[in-house]
Amino acid sequence: MNLFRFFSRTQSAPAARERLQVLLAHERASAGDSDLVTKLRDEILQAISKHMQIDDDKVRVTMERGPQVSTLAVDIEIPFDAKKAA
Amino acid sequence: MGKVVVVTSGKGGVGKTTSSAALGAALAQNGEKVVVVDFDVGLRNLDLVMGAERRVVYDLVNVIQGEAKLSQALIRDKRLETLYLLPASQTRDKDNLTPEGVEKVIAALQSAFDWVICDSPAGIERGATLAMRHADIAIVVTNPEVSSVRDSDRIIGLLDSKTLKAENGERMEKHLLLTRYDPVRAERGDMLKVDDVLEILSIPLMGIIPESADVLRASNVGSPVTLADNRCAPALAYFDAARRLKGEALPITIPGEKRSFLGKIFGRKAA
Repeated sequence: MNLFRFFSRTQSAPAARERLQVLLAHERASAGDSDLVTKLRDEILQAISKHMQIDDDKVRVTMERGPQVSTLAVDIEIPFDAKKAA
Repeated sequence: MGKVVVVTSGKGGVGKTTSSAALGAALAQNGEKVVVVDFDVGLRNLDLVMGAERRVVYDLVNVIQGEAKLSQALIRDKRLETLYLLPASQTRDKDNLTPEGVEKVIAALQSAFDWVICDSPAGIERGATLAMRHADIAIVVTNPEVSSVRDSDRIIGLLDSKTLKAENGERMEKHLLLTRYDPVRAERGDMLKVDDVLEILSIPLMGIIPESADVLRASNVGSPVTLADNRCAPALAYFDAARRLKGEALPITIPGEKRSFLGKIFGRKAA
């Protein structure tokens, strides 16, 4: 069993290398606080909150930073009386 | 005018103090006049690693605050005539490190020594930025491990923006010192290889220090590893790194890549 595990185990260094390359590409680009995705997130939330009261618990923002493209998903629950509350 | 070298890393525990002591001693063993300065105010350890912990009277903060003369605070190594230590303060607040004070001390040391080696604290705050501020050359100590590589990348960014050299539009000379390298694990694919780290950080390699029990053994007895056993693998690697620091173009052999056929079969370390 141990011998089997020894041979079937996948190498971990390539994963370390790839994760670092993606991460550092983003961190280098965002040095000096110009991270576009973070800026977009803040501005989108700001724009929406102008028109309605946003319940912080009902907002889900997810970011996925990939090697070529990043995605930003903003998921907001809008209640019926949102306009009145704003 | 002596050269000012900062030994830095961002992450703690990767071997800055060990490397500062070993490189300082290696240079002094070759007749250079060297002072190693501890910038880790509040958490000094260079004195301990160099075996001078019982001889500290005054420290860097005392000198900066004008409470002691520089010559009073410098501790001469008992084994090497040309090796000196300027300890950090253990009790004072790190806010006592002022940019003007540090500048004066560095200038004074530069005129008296061939090499001023600044052992930076971990992190990116005052102590670390002041340690790198006046450097001519930076040695970035990195372990082949994701968090260390990430922090080194951050430090490289600071070296290129927050130092005097950078602010004057000059290029900071940066070198990578890869420590705790285990050729067997790298070969097996479970540790970043030398080339991986070099490709990610893209600064020239100054040396590879193999993972070795000799390093802990040396610090146990308060001796730079190059003095404790000058024939052991990490000591030889530090001697080579010191020669490269002096500008020698010494080829680098990557541990493990010269392993014999039998060594490969039995997985023994060449280092």
